[in-house]
Amino acid sequence: MTLRIPRRGLAQAFALIVILMIDRAVSPQFFNLHLQDGRLFGSVIDVLNRGTPVALLSLGMVLVIATGGIDLSVGAVMAIAGATAASLADTHSLPVVIASALAVGLACGLWNGILVAVLRIQPIVATLILMVAGRGIAQLITEGRIVTFTSPDLVWMGNGAVFGLPTPVAIAIGMLLLTAAVVRGTALGLLIEATGGNARASELSGVGTRAMILSVYIWCGICAALAGVIAAADIMGADANNAGLWLELDAILAVVVGGTSLFGGRFSLVLAVAGALIIQSMNTGILLSGYPPELNLLVKAVVVLAVLLAQSPRLGDIQRFTARWRRTKP
Amino acid sequence: MNLKALFAASATAALLLATSASAAELTVGFSQIGSESGWRAAETSVSKSEAAKRKVNLKIADAQQKQENQIKAIRSFIAQGVDAIFLAPVVASGWDAVLKEAKEAKIPVVLLDRDIDPAGKDLYLTAVTSDSVHEGEVAGEWLAKTVGGKACNVVELQGTVGASVATNRKKGFDAVVAKNANLKVVRSQTGEFTRAKGKEVMESFIKAENGGKSICAVYAHNDDMMVGAIQAMKEAGLKPGKDVLTVSIDAVPDIFKAIAAGEANATVELTPNMAGPALDAIIAYKEKGTVPPKWIQTESKLYTAADEPQKVYDSKKGLGY
Repeated sequence: MTLRIPRRGLAQAFALIVILMIDRAVSPQFFNLHLQDGRLFGSVIDVLNRGTPVALLSLGMVLVIATGGIDLSVGAVMAIAGATAASLADTHSLPVVIASALAVGLACGLWNGILVAVLRIQPIVATLILMVAGRGIAQLITEGRIVTFTSPDLVWMGNGAVFGLPTPVAIAIGMLLLTAAVVRGTALGLLIEATGGNARASELSGVGTRAMILSVYIWCGICAALAGVIAAADIMGADANNAGLWLELDAILAVVVGGTSLFGGRFSLVLAVAGALIIQSMNTGILLSGYPPELNLLVKAVVVLAVLLAQSPRLGDIQRFTARWRRTKP
Repeated sequence: MNLKALFAASATAALLLATSASAAELTVGFSQIGSESGWRAAETSVSKSEAAKRKVNLKIADAQQKQENQIKAIRSFIAQGVDAIFLAPVVASGWDAVLKEAKEAKIPVVLLDRDIDPAGKDLYLTAVTSDSVHEGEVAGEWLAKTVGGKACNVVELQGTVGASVATNRKKGFDAVVAKNANLKVVRSQTGEFTRAKGKEVMESFIKAENGGKSICAVYAHNDDMMVGAIQAMKEAGLKPGKDVLTVSIDAVPDIFKAIAAGEANATVELTPNMAGPALDAIIAYKEKGTVPPKWIQTESKLYTAADEPQKVYDSKKGLGY
C-alpha cells in the first residue's frame, strides 16, 4: 500500500501543491504560523481544521464507495449526532456525551447497512431515506432551535489543542491511522475491495459480503457522528438546519478527487483525505482572495474539473495509460 | 361512556363557542407558514400573546411550508366567517383566486412579514413587513456615528448569495458607507446565514487583514454569523466589542448574551411582533372604519449595551427562537 500511493497519488499531490501555491499567491501570509493560546494559528491550520469534518466523512465514505455503494445520509447523521451531543453536553460527562453521539451514528449506519445488505435496496435510495428523515430527527431533538452549551470538555473537542494542533485535526489523524490499521493492517481492506469488485464471485469464494457491506455503513455512520460532534463543538451549539448540510456531496467529491471509482473495487484512505484537503485549500483560498462570493461556486467547479481531468486515464501520461491497460488485460 | 352524555357535552361546548363568538370580540384566522426557523416560531408565539392582550380570538393554521395548505386554511377561515385573515405568504404568487374569494366574502386580509406580487395589491387591506434595506441603513448609521470621523475598515459577512434579505441588507449598509468617506468595506464574503460559515469566513478575514489588526468593525447580515465571527475573533486573540466593533441584524437572544458580555456592540431588530400592528389596524378598521395605509413598516429598533441586554435576553429566550 505504501508503495502504491506515490504512483497513484501523483495527480492529487500535484493538485494540492498547485492549489497551495495559488493560495500563497493570493495571500502572501498563507504559510505563516504562530502560537496563539497554545495552539498553532495560520491559514494552513485553517485548511486542516476546516477540512476535518469532510475528511472524517470521506474516511467512512471511501469504504462504502469501495463496496460499490454510496451514503447520502452522512450530513444528516452529523446533524443528529451534533444535536445529541449538544443537548447532553451540560448535564453529562464528556465520555457519556461522545459515546451517545457515536451510538447514534452507529444506529444510523446499521439502519443504512440493513437496508442495503439485507433488504438489497439500492444504496442511493436506501441512504436517501435517512438523508431526508435524519434532518427532521435532528430538528425534533433541538426543537428547531440552535441548542447551545458551555461545557468546556465538549468545547475542547472543537477549539482545544493537542501538541499545538487543533483537537479536530488530531482526531482526524487518529481516525485515519485507526481506519488504515484496521482495513490495511488486516485482510479486511482486500475483502471490502473484493465485495465491490464482484460481489457474487466474492460470495462464492467465501467472503462474507453481507457482513462487509453492513460494517462499512456502520463505520461510515460512526465517522459521520464524530464529524457532527466536532462541528457542534466548533460553534458551541447544534444547528440542526445547517450542520452538515450538503457535506455528503463534498465527501463524495473528496473520495472521487482522491481517485476512488464510484464503481467500487478499490480505494485509498490517504488519497480520500487528500481529496478533502484539496477541496478545503480551495475553499480557504477563495475566502482569502477577496473575490466576490458570487464566484465561489464557479471557481470550485473549475478546479474540481481540472483535478478530475488530470486524473483521466486518457489525458494522463502514456505510461499510466498502458499500465492500466495491461492490468485489465486477461 | 355513553353516547348521550357525549352528545350533551359537545352540544354544551358548541353553545359556549357560539356565545363567545357572538360577543363583541373579534375572531382572526392566521395562516402561518410553518416552523421554518427560530424567528418564525417566535413570531407565532408573539402573535398569540398579542391577540390575547387585545382579547382577540386568534386561530392559527400551520401550513408546513406549503402554499396549498395555506389556500385550504384561508378557504376554511372564509367558511367559518372569521372577522379578518392574517396571511404570512410562503411564496409571492398564486394568491389571486383565494384572495378574491375572501374579498367577495368581505373579509379583510392582512399580509404579515412577506409581500405578494404587486398585481394582487387591491386584494388585501394592508401588509405589515419590515424593510430590510432600512435595517442595513440603521446598522450602517450606528457604525458611522460610533466611529465618528475616524477611518474604519469594515469586513462584511453576507447572507446567502441571491437571497433578497441579503441583497437588501447589503444595499442599505452600502448606502451609508457611500455617504461616509471614512468608512470602507474592505472584505465581503458570504457566511450563508450560519454560525459555522460565519466563523470560517471570519477566520480567513482575520488572516487576510494582518491578523485582524486592520479590521475596525464587522457587519454581519444576521446575528448567527456574528456569533460565529465573535468566536473566531476570540480564538485569534482579538477582543470583539473592543478591538473590533460588531453590528448585526435580527436581534436573536444569543446576540444579547454577547452584548451583555461586552463581546458584541449592536444589533438591529427584525421584530417578531408583526401581529400587533396588524391587529391594531384590523380593530381600527372594524370599529371606526379607518382604512390603514397599504404598507405598515415595522420598527427596525437598534439595541446596544445601553438597552439592558440581559433583560432583553431573558424576555426573548422563551419565545422559541
